[in-house]
Order: sequence, then structure tokens, then C-alpha cells
Amino acid sequence: MTLDPTTLAAIAAMAVATYLTRIAGYWLVRRFTLAGRPAAALEAVPGAVLVALIAPTVLATGPAESGAALVTILIARRGAMLPAVIGGVAAAALLRLALA
Amino acid sequence: MNDVRETPAGDTSALAEAGAGLAAIAPVVVSVAAYGLLLGALAAQKGLSPLETLAMSALVFAGSSQFVALDLWSAPAAVWTLGATALVVNLRHVLMGAALAPAMRTWPRGLPPIAVFFMADENWALCIRRAGQGPLRPAFYMAMALALYGTWTASTTLGSILGAGLQDPARWGLDFAFTAVFIVLVMGFWTGPRASLPPWAVAAAAAVAVEATVPGAWYILAGGLAGSVAGALQPRRSVP
Repeated sequence: MTLDPTTLAAIAAMAVATYLTRIAGYWLVRRFTLAGRPAAALEAVPGAVLVALIAPTVLATGPAESGAALVTILIARRGAMLPAVIGGVAAAALLRLALA
Repeated sequence: MNDVRETPAGDTSALAEAGAGLAAIAPVVVSVAAYGLLLGALAAQKGLSPLETLAMSALVFAGSSQFVALDLWSAPAAVWTLGATALVVNLRHVLMGAALAPAMRTWPRGLPPIAVFFMADENWALCIRRAGQGPLRPAFYMAMALALYGTWTASTTLGSILGAGLQDPARWGLDFAFTAVFIVLVMGFWTGPRASLPPWAVAAAAAVAVEATVPGAWYILAGGLAGSVAGALQPRRSVP
């Protein structure tokens, strides 16, 4: 087990940067109360961030990823998360194999 | 100290809240463990020791930025580049923290700055949904957060110890677990085509366009902001 000083410095830089992003939003909202359009913007954030996170993989990577996403959605519509994730992973593997 | 005045006694025990948090996060924990193993294996291939992988997971605790960091990793590590990249990948946390903050308004004063350290996409999404149904209790949040934290640190460290044993994880579709989890989570925020479709379509279009043209992880922030603006410009019903 080793702990390289430069690696540790990089990890520390990542840790500080990441914590700043986590506290900043909380801090801002504590100081300013939001209503009207800013509040509506904030309300749209959860869906928008999650959609942005997955959109390039789902829409612009290839037919295997788009197909696996569709399988995930279809299973998830019927309820639980775990079967949907397993189904999506299996579909990704099979579709990549079939379309390779 | 929980605010026990709002709900009948017995309903609000911290233990029951913690149990509800653990039940909600359980299916997420399984997929997080899968891509934690993946991240650990990737870290080992980039030359990080298990201890360094553990340190990164324990101190940074942000999966997507850790994947991006390993993608950029070189020896010796480029400290400033990695720090700046983590900042960009995780800028979405600013929006997420802002969305979560109102739910923490009744919490003990010192707790939110600690709690936000554990804010990740998955538990944040589940906590936002919880806050939409009733008060978000510290016990619910922290049980969920610590389960996720324990899973992430343990699975990434284990993955780095198993290391090179796991070759070409994409062949098994395991890299898609990340996307699948977020697909299921985002479906929980669907409130119908009229309210959800416009901001989501804008977010997706912006993310895809920026991802194709701008290197790095700016697409997450771009899509999040664009979708949020689209949501604000929609004809409004009542906003709480």
C-alpha cells in the first residue's frame, strides 16, 4: 500500500473543489429566498440535470446504448429499479455483441 | 433535533426514518457497488494503489468526477488539471444543493454543511422526491448517505484490489449500469408531457450538442442550466 504525495495532492484538490460545489448551492439559497420564475427554474433542475447526465450516452453513442436505454425504461415503467438496471446492463451487453 | 410537532408521535422516530432511507437506497446500493468495482479496477490499471483509491473515494465521493479524473490520470498526477476538472464535472452540485436546501431548513444548524458532503446524484434524487411527499428528516438523509458512502468506499477499494482481474468491463455492459440507474431516477421526476417534456428535451439537446463540441464535462452543466431555464419560461401553474 503506497500513498504518493503528488497523487494525494491531486485527490485533495479534487476533494476541495467537489465540496465547494456541494456547499455553494445550499449556501446561496440560505441567503436568498426564491419565488416566481427563479423558483420554477430551481424546480426544473432535478430532471434537467439527470437528463443532461445521460443524454449523450442514450441518444448519441450508438444503437446498442439507445436500445439498452429503451429496455431500461420499459422495465422501469413496471416498477422496481433493480430489475430495470439488470435488464439495461444485459441489453447493453447483448446489443453490443449483436451489433458489433 | 427533529421537529416532532408536525406529525403524530410514533411516526417520526429517527429509527423508522433511517429504516425508510435504507429501504429506498437499497436497490441503488447494488448498482453503485457494481460501478464502484469498475472504478476501482480502472484505478488499478492507472497505477493507483488500493489506499490511494480509498482516499479518493472517501474524500471526493463523487463517482462521475472520479471516472473522468481516471480518464485524465497521468503519472505524476496533474494536480491543478484534476482539481479544475472535478470542479467542472461537479458544478451540477450547485444546482442540486440549491434545490435541496429548502428541505433542510428545519434541520439543526450545524448539520447541513456536513450532510451536503454526502450529496450524490442518487441519494439527492431520492431525497428530493421524499421532500416532495413530506418533511425530509436528518435520519432519513444520513442513513441513506452513509449506506451509499460505505458502499462506494468499500466497492472501489475492493475493485482496485481485484484490479486487473476484471478486463474490458464494457464487454459485459457493466458501464451501462451508471446510465440505467439515472434513467430510473429521472423517470421518478416525470410529471407528465406538458410539464416535463419541454425542459427535458431542451436539457437533452443542449447536453448532446455541448458534449459533441466541447471537451470535458461541461455538457452536464449546460444541459442542466438549459433545461432549468426552459422550465422557468414555461407558462406557470402554481409554484410552491
